[in-house]
Amino acid sequence: MAVVACGAIAQPMAQSVARHGWSVDVHPLPPLLHNQPHRIASEVERLAGSLAERYDRVVVGYADCGTYGALDEVCERLGLERLPGLHCYDLYAGADRMEELLDAEPGTYLLTDFLVRSFARTVEQELGLDRWPELRDEYFRHYTRVVWLAQSTDELELRELRTLAQAAAERIGLPLEVLHTGSVGLDAALGALVDG
Amino acid sequence: MTPEEILQGLYDETLKGNGPRVLELTHQALALDMTPGSLLFDALIPALEEVGARFERGDYFVPEMLIAGRAMAGSMEILRPLLADTGVETIGKFVMGTVKGDVHDIGKNLVNIMLEGAGFEVIDLGVQVAPEKFVAAIEEHEPDIVGFSAFLTTTMPMFKANLNALEKAGLRDKVIVMVGGAPVTQEYADVVGADGYAADASATVKRAKALLKERRSKVPA
Repeated sequence: MAVVACGAIAQPMAQSVARHGWSVDVHPLPPLLHNQPHRIASEVERLAGSLAERYDRVVVGYADCGTYGALDEVCERLGLERLPGLHCYDLYAGADRMEELLDAEPGTYLLTDFLVRSFARTVEQELGLDRWPELRDEYFRHYTRVVWLAQSTDELELRELRTLAQAAAERIGLPLEVLHTGSVGLDAALGALVDG
Repeated sequence: MTPEEILQGLYDETLKGNGPRVLELTHQALALDMTPGSLLFDALIPALEEVGARFERGDYFVPEMLIAGRAMAGSMEILRPLLADTGVETIGKFVMGTVKGDVHDIGKNLVNIMLEGAGFEVIDLGVQVAPEKFVAAIEEHEPDIVGFSAFLTTTMPMFKANLNALEKAGLRDKVIVMVGGAPVTQEYADVVGADGYAADASATVKRAKALLKERRSKVPA
């Protein structure tokens, strides 16, 4: 089985596959598609198409991810299953928890371990903040907090990520909150796809 | 610098988003008695139109649009009162806001930049705008068009709530309603009963102009 995976969650997926000993290959698409969701459906279709002959099954390692149904149309047309939820945040924290979090404070800017590690590239550079730091308030003036959904359970790694998350939050001028989610939700969702 | 060089400079530096240089050239132009209208229509608006075209072609992305818009906005701060003094009229008045429960405003701000660049007067109500605030703003400013922006599927239903509030206040027929935002589609705009929808900032300007023209052609002068 092959998983066409968002590059932002491909690594935890591969770890999950290794942990469970599933016979699954993870094929990541570039994580920066995260910032251009209108391209996700066509890229998934292209990669899934190219994998179809080599694998018995191909599944999609994306939630809706801002495609607003375009990915579901591709999945339906090609007979592919995908991860549940609107975003990977739902997979980590659970959809209900995410709804509560955003209802309590709509101005919540979310980070995952991947986004914490790649903040300079996936956030600052993509938003042009490296070239025009004065745009910071254009993007973030209505946000009131950063919530880092921490997946790692390794103490040493968590300490390192915590420092990076704090620095990221400071760079966009917001206080940091940490929600330890682990990867149980992603693990379970991927398991459901594997069980098919 | 000659007036032609200044106009070219304003155009080029707006495209690059070089705010300080755009400001400097604006002052130089006015010192040479160039008209505010000339700066607007012969340099700034064409520059913003080119920014929109580059965005449509995929040559520019959100940061480039925002920085160009900021450069133009700096010049407009100086030109706006002068334009009013010289009787240059805006092509229409647009009240804009992100709906209640939604704090996302990058798309809305890009639309504002393009609308202002096209000659609209834009009154931006900001984010998390409740229906009653839209109603109050429409009563106060009497805009030609009101725009509702939503970035989340969970806040899109506020379009309908806003439209209901306009109906209740007796304002629905007095203003054109446009809706937009990442999850919004023409079908959704039709379902909620909006007059117009556009997929991006440039398309919004074109659609707004077309809706305005249509409305004005129906209303006796």
